[in-house]
Amino acid sequence: MAVAVRLPTLLRSHADGAATVTAEGATVGEVFTDLVAKYPGMAGNLIDEQGGLHKFVNVYRNDDDIRYLEQLDTKVSDGDELSILPAVAGG
Amino acid sequence: MTHAQYDTVLAHCFDGFPDEACGLLAGPFADGAPTGEVGQVYPCRNADGSARTYTVDSKDLLAAMRDADDHGHDIIGVWHSHTHTDAYPSATDVRQAVDPAWCYVIVSLKSGEPVLRGYFIRDGAISECAVAVG
Repeated sequence: MAVAVRLPTLLRSHADGAATVTAEGATVGEVFTDLVAKYPGMAGNLIDEQGGLHKFVNVYRNDDDIRYLEQLDTKVSDGDELSILPAVAGG
Repeated sequence: MTHAQYDTVLAHCFDGFPDEACGLLAGPFADGAPTGEVGQVYPCRNADGSARTYTVDSKDLLAAMRDADDHGHDIIGVWHSHTHTDAYPSATDVRQAVDPAWCYVIVSLKSGEPVLRGYFIRDGAISECAVAVG
């Protein structure tokens, strides 16, 4: 499956400045594996040391937060858009 | 930012009181950095619902990113209110700053008159990001 992945500004430097890239996979986790293979600089920004979704990142499949779906096992289909969002917070 | 954008930011901060209010700034990005022009301001929900911390609701962030994209713009900064402290980044703000290219705008409501200031937060260091209204 080829899906479009929308990148936050912070990660674009790892993807030659692109705002949206294409990656392959049947699940969000597989897409991330493909992304890191293509853009190694993203390693460590998406997945935590336990292999889960990094806590400073939110990921949407189209309009749905994957934390409320099947997290990294969330399935993707051709034409889906994944959006990677930074967790924007402070005090 | 324009006077209308400034008014939108301040109104959202007052509306959110006594909790902290937050929102996003969008504008053109060139060569990996914001040009400094503010194209849009997006009031967002504070997912924390707190007077001491804020988290921009991720659905609001997604909507803002999409709308900014439609304008050929990107998110270039975030604003939030400090209800009882000065318009200066807290230790939490510094620790959680996500993007060194962004301008972190803080509106203090500590006194009767709101005070708005902007900062860059890079590798834990704070420097001023001057915000002009006009």
